Amino acid sequence: MEIPYTVDTRADTGLNNVKLGIWLFLASEVMLFGGLFSSYVLLRVGAEAGTWPQGAEILSIPLATFNTIVLIGSSVTMVMAWASLKLRDLFKYRLYMGTTVALALVFLIVKAFEYADKFSHHLYPSESTFLGIYFLITGLHGLHIVGGIIVNSYFLLPGVKMWHTAPERFTNRVEAAGLYWHFVDLVWIFLFPVLYLL
Amino acid sequence: MSMDSAEDIKKHVKVYLMVFAALMVLTVITVGVASLSLTIPLAIALALVIATVKGSLVASYFMHLVSEKSPIYWTLMLTAAFFAVLMFVPLLAMLDSIGR
Repeated sequence: MEIPYTVDTRADTGLNNVKLGIWLFLASEVMLFGGLFSSYVLLRVGAEAGTWPQGAEILSIPLATFNTIVLIGSSVTMVMAWASLKLRDLFKYRLYMGTTVALALVFLIVKAFEYADKFSHHLYPSESTFLGIYFLITGLHGLHIVGGIIVNSYFLLPGVKMWHTAPERFTNRVEAAGLYWHFVDLVWIFLFPVLYLL
Repeated sequence: MSMDSAEDIKKHVKVYLMVFAALMVLTVITVGVASLSLTIPLAIALALVIATVKGSLVASYFMHLVSEKSPIYWTLMLTAAFFAVLMFVPLLAMLDSIGR
């Protein structure tokens, strides 16, 4: 059975189902990360005076700044990949989407170095409340990066064949993947100052 | 986002690049502000204001919220209301004096 309204807009919403569906998913994601941000605030304001470390005392600001630049860069290449499809330029799409996946991998590699450095100094999630919430939130964010890499790699390699049979539908798929990817970037934009700088 | 002609898309690509430049500048400002010896409330306020501006740029232009349809806005407003409730919980916990 054909999935309805993957390209055509519904008369009642004025949107195709792809767009509405991904935004509803992102709304649930806001609540997921919102719960953790709320927990962070609760734990921080409830901590005894002088017991909550400044992120910079434990974490590496240069590495996190580099990763922020990498992730913002990947957001730009993602939106450029979608724009390339709109311009009917498959070569540039492959170039930008490939760069997006590569930048996501760079982010994960840097994060792995950060984690390894913490573990080598015996700084585990069980060490303190700060480290517990740091590993929880950044770990969950990292899992979202992994999910994005899997989806974007699919659209870069096997999934791209849809372009030749249903280009508009494929473009909408890439737009939905892009909305998810920009959300992951947006979460990091808030995580960076909250965990590392304050 | 209603972008049909190639000219429209090329114009938007320029906007994406300008937003990218703005995000880079704001990232540098975020790190610069954190290195100043500000009081903690001021540092938190500044960091969150800059992060909100950056987030708004990403949502508005990369996620096309500047020209989205109303069902998306309604969905996000409902989400924002529930998010505000979540952020209100720590405040309620701080104000709770029962048993103290």
